[in-house]
Amino acid sequence: MTDALNAILVIVLVMNLFVLGTSRILAVINTVATQGALLGVIPLLVHTHLTISVVLTSVAAIVLKGVVIPSIMIRALRDAEIKREVEPLIGLLPSIMLGALATAFALLFAGELPLAGEHQSALLVPTSIASVLVGFIILTSRFKALSQVIGYLVLENGIFIFGMLLIDAMPLLVEMGVLLDLFVGIFVICIIVNHINRAFSSLDTRLLASLKE
Amino acid sequence: MVSPMSIKLVQFAILCAALSGVVGLFVRRSSLVGQRIATLMMVFGQVCGIAGAVSFFHSGEVQSIRLSWPAAGDSLVGLDALSAFFLIPVFLIGGLGSIYDLGYFPQSLHPRNGRKLRLFYGGLVAGMALLVVSRHALAFLFGWEAMALSAFFLVSTEDHRRECRRSALIYLVATHVGTLSLFALFSLWKWSTGSFILDPAAGAGMSFGVVTALFLLALIGFGLKAGIMPLHFWLPGAHANAPSHVSAILSGVMLKMGIYGLVRVLSLLPDPPGAFGGLLITLGAISGLLGVVFAIGQHDLKRLLAYHSVENIGIILMGLGLAMLGRSEDRPEWVALGMAGCLLHVWNHALFKSLLFYSAGSVVHGAHTRQIDRLGGLYRRMPLTGTMFLVGAVAICGLPPLNGFVSEFFVYVGLLESGISEDGGGLGAVIAVPVLAMTGALALACFVKVFGSVFLGNPRSESAANCHESPFTMRIPMIVLAICCFAIGLAPALLGPVLDGAIRTWNGGATANVPGVGDVAPLREIGVTSISLVGAVLLFYLFMAIRGRRSEKAGTWDCGYAIPTSRMQYTASSFAKTIALMFGWALGTRTHGPRVEGSFPEPSSMESHVDDAVLDRLIVPLSLGVTRWFRWFRRFQQGLTQHYVLYILITVVAMLCTLMPFDEFITRLFER
Repeated sequence: MTDALNAILVIVLVMNLFVLGTSRILAVINTVATQGALLGVIPLLVHTHLTISVVLTSVAAIVLKGVVIPSIMIRALRDAEIKREVEPLIGLLPSIMLGALATAFALLFAGELPLAGEHQSALLVPTSIASVLVGFIILTSRFKALSQVIGYLVLENGIFIFGMLLIDAMPLLVEMGVLLDLFVGIFVICIIVNHINRAFSSLDTRLLASLKE
Repeated sequence: MVSPMSIKLVQFAILCAALSGVVGLFVRRSSLVGQRIATLMMVFGQVCGIAGAVSFFHSGEVQSIRLSWPAAGDSLVGLDALSAFFLIPVFLIGGLGSIYDLGYFPQSLHPRNGRKLRLFYGGLVAGMALLVVSRHALAFLFGWEAMALSAFFLVSTEDHRRECRRSALIYLVATHVGTLSLFALFSLWKWSTGSFILDPAAGAGMSFGVVTALFLLALIGFGLKAGIMPLHFWLPGAHANAPSHVSAILSGVMLKMGIYGLVRVLSLLPDPPGAFGGLLITLGAISGLLGVVFAIGQHDLKRLLAYHSVENIGIILMGLGLAMLGRSEDRPEWVALGMAGCLLHVWNHALFKSLLFYSAGSVVHGAHTRQIDRLGGLYRRMPLTGTMFLVGAVAICGLPPLNGFVSEFFVYVGLLESGISEDGGGLGAVIAVPVLAMTGALALACFVKVFGSVFLGNPRSESAANCHESPFTMRIPMIVLAICCFAIGLAPALLGPVLDGAIRTWNGGATANVPGVGDVAPLREIGVTSISLVGAVLLFYLFMAIRGRRSEKAGTWDCGYAIPTSRMQYTASSFAKTIALMFGWALGTRTHGPRVEGSFPEPSSMESHVDDAVLDRLIVPLSLGVTRWFRWFRRFQQGLTQHYVLYILITVVAMLCTLMPFDEFITRLFER
């Protein structure tokens, strides 16, 4: 079981790096969608005996992250008529290096944490921290509004993986609430993306700074 | 066992006050119904409240009831002589102010802010009454904050004016700093006594350091509210810019809540060292003298009255300091005299300062300006207002036969006695008595200036010439207050028992038996002298009336100048100039212009103003400096989301790094 889990988590880590190193936004969205769907499988693997709540979490995560959110984003992408993140603050290759550094840091750090026995061997904690850090890197280095959304998604994926440690302790309601928040957040941002595009004829979030006092 | 009737009445009064403005919120904006209901509720409630306090003075039984209010622990509300004493001005001025409101701030003329004013006026009165009767720190703070915030909204009633918003903001900052200090005070109290209940017995056995810390915290927290001299900076602006009946209750009653807090906390502290009393007397002397000096420099009628509040707080503080000195030196007669002066001056100042603010409001209502140098000749046009102002002025200057004399007399006698005695250190005689005398003299000069230039002479502006007497509802409260001023001045002996009760309550913790006020001060003699003085004046007036001599009317400048104008009169500023020059070191009057050059000079203008010593010369430059320093941080706030997220990332990584055992990593690296 742990081997399958770790295999998925390694794929997730690789996908993080791919997201950092690609400029075509459609490809990035598809990657994140796949990542989300893969993550949706994890609850089934972590727990040997399946309960209703685990299955529900899994299904909701797969549907939402794998299908609904990507389709909203692709639609927004089509409306905004852009294809690439043209001028990231940090170039693509340095981004990958940073992402690799963050992953290494996460692995080192997780090794030092006093974790419960069953979580020691799995890569859950390092993957979670690495995804959070990668999400942050995307958020700080990309300027297009849609890239920002992707950053949030990766960040949330990291938090979702961490939540897997607690799925027994955490009520279903919390998990569902988090997913709902994510959905609403992305939904709203995609609408805003459209508005930013119309107001500034660009999706560059730096232009929003002109709104400050 | 007396049934706690008095406290029930007081509770009812508080409830009435708190709810008085609510009805007005539900009726039409321009309708007068809400205002009338508010006044009715206020007056009825406050009469009940006064009845409760007076009935307490009759029975004399300390009463307390427990509120079932879980948020404040087991909150205690009680009535003792000290509370009842401070309740009387709260209810009296509160009720009179709401009558005054009918004429001064009619809802039909102020549809935008009248309802707000009424709501928070009720809240202010309720808050003050609650804090006076509370025996529990949390209930006290609740009342305190209700009072402080209501006062903020009252000061900002006319918030379309810029200076009004500024004063309200300064007041808000000052009051919150004070509240912060009170939080610290009561936390320390809880820490040292184990409970929030304000009970004198609980204070026994405190260490000297704790007592000193409690004293200093109380001095800062309550001193900010009372307006003791370096902490008075919020006061002039707030009082000048509030509507006049609000200024009256702020100055006459709300400042006294600071005094009440100080009096109450000092009564709880065991074995105060002599330095407390000395510090209080010194602060009182500074407030008294500088308050009146700054008052002389003002050109704005209400601002001037506000500075006089600082002066009177100084006198009250001197009385309190003397009583503290008496407690630490074990001299009961000083306690009696000092406390009697302090407490009676609380009442007196509430009465005559409200009277003065009401008549100043009447002037503003009639002439539409507060600038003394634009008024003049109002006595002929508004005789009642003028007379009432005169009564208030005589009272505030501490002249017989009015009430101000009685309380200042107590303080004089007490300070002199402490100066004569060997162990008083002569502090009272050396510093306080001359300062008190000088304060009185300067106050007299100040009010000669005000009365002379506002009510006598010729009008200096169109609006002053066209002004009219105020409506009936504004005159009633003034007359009531003037009668009270005369009553206390003519028959101070009647107040003896009330003062004795309050002083004994204050001194409850101390062992010494305090003598009655009547035994240490010649109350009867004061009364007889005052009555005979009034009688003599009346006789003289009657004699002159019978002889029928009338003064002739003639032009003021009739000695050869053809076209005199009213602008040739002495202005208030020129009248005060001599004294203002004498105290130039404190006042720092700034004069701009006039420029007169050449043989045929151009038309020029001249103006002068007095900045507040603490606010304009210390606090404002200081906060500007701080603002400039913090401008450096702007570079971190560029409005880019990416930057903000980066800050979060840096914080997260830094926090994660603190968990990492880097030493171990390094050693492990080198092992390999």
